[in-house]
Amino acid sequence: MAIDNNILTYEMDGDVAIITMDNKNESTNLFSFEFIQSFIEVSNKLIGDDSVKGVILQSAKSMFMAGADLKQLEKPITDKEEFVNNSLQMHRSFREIEKGGKPFVALINGHALGGGLELACVCHHRIAVNNPKTKIGFPEIKVGLFPGGGGTLKAPYLMGIQNGMMAVLQGKDHSPEKALKAGLINHVVDSAEDLIPAAKEWIAANPKPVQPWDNKKYKIPGGGLMSPTGAQVMMGGIGNLRKLTHGNYPAATNAMTVMYKGLQVPFDRALEIEARYFADTITSPEAKNMIRTGFLGIGAAKKGIARPKDQPKYEIKKLGILGAGMMGAGIAYVSAYAGMECVLKDVTKEGAEKGKDYSRELVKKRVGRGKMTQEMGDTLLSRIHTTDDPNAMEGCDLIIEAVFENPELKAKVTKETEAVLAADKVYASNTSTIPITLLAKASDRPENFIGIHFFSPVDKMPLVEIIVGEKTEDKAIAAAVDYVMMIRKIPIVVNDSRGFYTSRCFGTFTSEGLFLLDEGVPPVMIENIAKTKGMPVGPLAVSDEVSLTLGLHVMESNPDLEKYPDMLRNFKITKMLVEEHGRKGKKEGAGFYDYPEGGKKVIWPKLTEIFNSNVETLDKETVAKRLMHRQSLEAFRCLDEGVLNSVVDGDIGSVTGWGFPIYAGGALSYIDFVGIQQFVADCDDFKARFGPRWEVPQSLREMAAAGKSIHDFEVRGKQQAVPA
Amino acid sequence: MEAYIYDTVRTVRGKGNKKGALVGVTPTELATQCLKELKSKHEGVSAEVEDVILGCVTQVMDQGANIAKTAAQQSGYGDHLCGVTLNRFCGSGLEAINQASAYVKSGFSQLLVAGGVESMSRVKMGTDGGAMLMDPSVAMPGHAIPQGISADLIASKYGYSRQDVDEFAYDSQMKATAAEKDGRFKSRIDVKDVNGLTLLNRDENVRAQTTVEALSGLQPSFAMMGEMGGFDAVAIDRYPEIAEINHVHHAGNSSAIVDGAAIALIGNKEIGEKLGLKPRAIVKGAAVYGTDPTIMLTGPAPASEKVLKQVGMQASDIDLYEINEAFAVVPMLMRDKMNIPMDKINVNGGAIALGHPLGATGCILMGTLIDELERQDKQTGLVTLCIGGGMGIATVIERV
Repeated sequence: MAIDNNILTYEMDGDVAIITMDNKNESTNLFSFEFIQSFIEVSNKLIGDDSVKGVILQSAKSMFMAGADLKQLEKPITDKEEFVNNSLQMHRSFREIEKGGKPFVALINGHALGGGLELACVCHHRIAVNNPKTKIGFPEIKVGLFPGGGGTLKAPYLMGIQNGMMAVLQGKDHSPEKALKAGLINHVVDSAEDLIPAAKEWIAANPKPVQPWDNKKYKIPGGGLMSPTGAQVMMGGIGNLRKLTHGNYPAATNAMTVMYKGLQVPFDRALEIEARYFADTITSPEAKNMIRTGFLGIGAAKKGIARPKDQPKYEIKKLGILGAGMMGAGIAYVSAYAGMECVLKDVTKEGAEKGKDYSRELVKKRVGRGKMTQEMGDTLLSRIHTTDDPNAMEGCDLIIEAVFENPELKAKVTKETEAVLAADKVYASNTSTIPITLLAKASDRPENFIGIHFFSPVDKMPLVEIIVGEKTEDKAIAAAVDYVMMIRKIPIVVNDSRGFYTSRCFGTFTSEGLFLLDEGVPPVMIENIAKTKGMPVGPLAVSDEVSLTLGLHVMESNPDLEKYPDMLRNFKITKMLVEEHGRKGKKEGAGFYDYPEGGKKVIWPKLTEIFNSNVETLDKETVAKRLMHRQSLEAFRCLDEGVLNSVVDGDIGSVTGWGFPIYAGGALSYIDFVGIQQFVADCDDFKARFGPRWEVPQSLREMAAAGKSIHDFEVRGKQQAVPA
Repeated sequence: MEAYIYDTVRTVRGKGNKKGALVGVTPTELATQCLKELKSKHEGVSAEVEDVILGCVTQVMDQGANIAKTAAQQSGYGDHLCGVTLNRFCGSGLEAINQASAYVKSGFSQLLVAGGVESMSRVKMGTDGGAMLMDPSVAMPGHAIPQGISADLIASKYGYSRQDVDEFAYDSQMKATAAEKDGRFKSRIDVKDVNGLTLLNRDENVRAQTTVEALSGLQPSFAMMGEMGGFDAVAIDRYPEIAEINHVHHAGNSSAIVDGAAIALIGNKEIGEKLGLKPRAIVKGAAVYGTDPTIMLTGPAPASEKVLKQVGMQASDIDLYEINEAFAVVPMLMRDKMNIPMDKINVNGGAIALGHPLGATGCILMGTLIDELERQDKQTGLVTLCIGGGMGIATVIERV
């Protein structure tokens, strides 16, 4: 009696059956439709066989199970009824295992996440190897879902309402030790060899186990839903959920609703509730957006989808970094961390050393927190070589220039460096706004010249925007993508334009915030509405962070400033604030906000006086749409002009680059989220009321008229070069 | 047909906690004692009253299973007396009067008792659960927050300072103290024990000795809840023009939690004449009005404007107002929105001093108002209350 398919096998070991999950088609076991079917089939057979005293479920992979197979969701689910029925069918089968009176034990040898943990929770007993790196938890919320295999109910049953709610809503994982303490698992053993003996021992001692949720005497730790604590946790949980999500994430609200409704009824009926809300959630635009952009899109980008296919891997052993300011210092850290030798150059040796201090500080912090060994830290630091000598760039495989945003200075260092750099090596500029084609004019080898745009702080921000100049060739693109993959960040490749993609679109957010302020919308209202829509920081606060003087400098250095009325308007207001009122930004302690020492920042009180602020100026909805639509309209222009190579690049760049909310999928998917026709109608309305910046590109108008999705956009390649 | 208020009765109010004088008295007893008082005051009434409509908010435990019918039966009027319990939160007592008046005006009924009861010491506020704050599928889209945060939101949005609300609270205490001294609470009865011995003969919460300074020292009640429960953020999500919630309310400038009951006898002209009753006031009109549920407590002004329009009057035509002092900002906001002089509002103090037994208060205010109109020999009055979930209720009366 044995079964062996591509997903799992089982065999008898005395009177105990051992099911081994071993997915032959994937690197890991996944909670897929096929898996569920096979598992249920085998389980039914074993439950029905009186000679089998217990069942052990183990994995042949390094993980127990990584979770659901999200690739199966690439094609969105549309038939809710069918989906609910399938879920109910699954639950009925799982319940047969739970109520079958035969012990099932899950052996958690490695990560048990999402569906993997839910599968383990179908078993009556969970034993894990005490490896602190093993992750046990419910991460579904991160892709806009919640545990749909009973986990949303079992988490509060096992962990208590508060902890269970947090586990589901925050998606944090637990080490085996923490999982044991939290009640998610039952037992921890020291090594993998101890798993099966421990399981057999438990099976022998517990021939007829009952799940806690089926045990009438079982009490939810800390009190049930209708206990005073339970009620308080629920109410406070809802308040805090809005505080964190502003109601933008239906998965979270639905998960809490499942707990609220489900914990008041018998478990079988509770699972029905979970199944119905799960179907509502998985078919929500938010979940589709989060899976498309956050999981599939970013996953593909990280694997180098943007890389020209026929180019050989570009080896980078030695990296040259020009300029040891904040960006250069951060680039040195992440590159040294990834194992590259880094030559960090500044005007003076002291300046370069100061840049290296950044890495020294980070290493100290990480070692202190136990995230890095002293040895690893020392090795990392030994890879950063400081210098003030341009000739030290000799022998580098890749140069990243991160000097001040001044074209003349950049031209100077380009020439200096190319004098010693091998002719076939790639030279990149970390400019955030100046067109690459313009900077490449200083280069003798514009085909090897490219933009690698980092975000600040470099060690935290996941996105890197690679900018292709007019003459940049595929080899340089491959080099840039290979480099970004080496430092484990997310590359997107865009074409040249002033501000490229991210700075250009992000600039519209701060600019629209400033215009709203200028028109009399109270500053607090602008900031709060931006956050309500899911922007991490308000436009005024973020302008303070960037610094008003820097913004002013960027606008001033644009030779076409006078040609763009919106930029000119922005420039004039910023100039007035900086020059007449000394409001320079956060660093100076005075921007749109005041920064009292040791206190919370507060909006500078005089702002409302200068701009005659009044709550009645504009309604909330219009303010929200102006702040969000404007970014998306600009993102669409980037798509239309060929700055972007794909819709998904625009989405990824917006979410990971400047914090555009993921529930909408990103700045471009947002157009679908709003409804393409509604979006166009809003922009037309805004054009009439607020000016020509709201002009809708013809191609978008046509797509709206044809009832298309933004994802139907056909990329035509670069439409117009925008060299300055 | 018209609806007349023939009389009102209310109990003294005991502190609504375990140390309160009335903790040993069930809400059924509180309501029953009012009904018995009415019966003994007016011969012949008990046989003619058809129904008892009582407001009661937390209808579980002692207050469960239709307390109006329970008290009706217990009061000894006879089996003919029916009872129905309603819940319009803090507006329940006034809602009972309005419903009774509507029954009478329509001709469905001739003589009814309407009022309310709440023993907050025995049945804690909120023990009836409810979806409004607890069901995420309701509370999330509704931007639901607890009332105290709504009151602080009003203060933040309309700019009432801690000093403003403390001064208002102090005045409420002083007016109630003066009214007590002057014996103005004519409709009030003592609460007795099973032996007929008096348990309480005054409104227990009134603090004659308080000062603005003392009030200014009290800790805000809702700051911690606003922060820990995320409710300040919920309020700001709904009112993004507010930078932060100014938590001005505390135990001393919010309505006191108390036990109490009140009833009014309402009937048409014929039944009054038949029983030889003297009408004290005529119910001119009544209205409810829904507002944003997050700020929740701004309903009194629009509800009052609605009822004034209904009866063809202006705010200035009203001689005296009773605006429930759920929180100090509630009457303050209505006063400022409708430009009502302070000497017309809550002249004998309000719930901050005297207490707010949720289901009963609307009817208590009606009794207080009629007593005071008679004392000052004035004609018109308006009772209004803010209500949970974002409602307001208002009733206009005129002396006969």
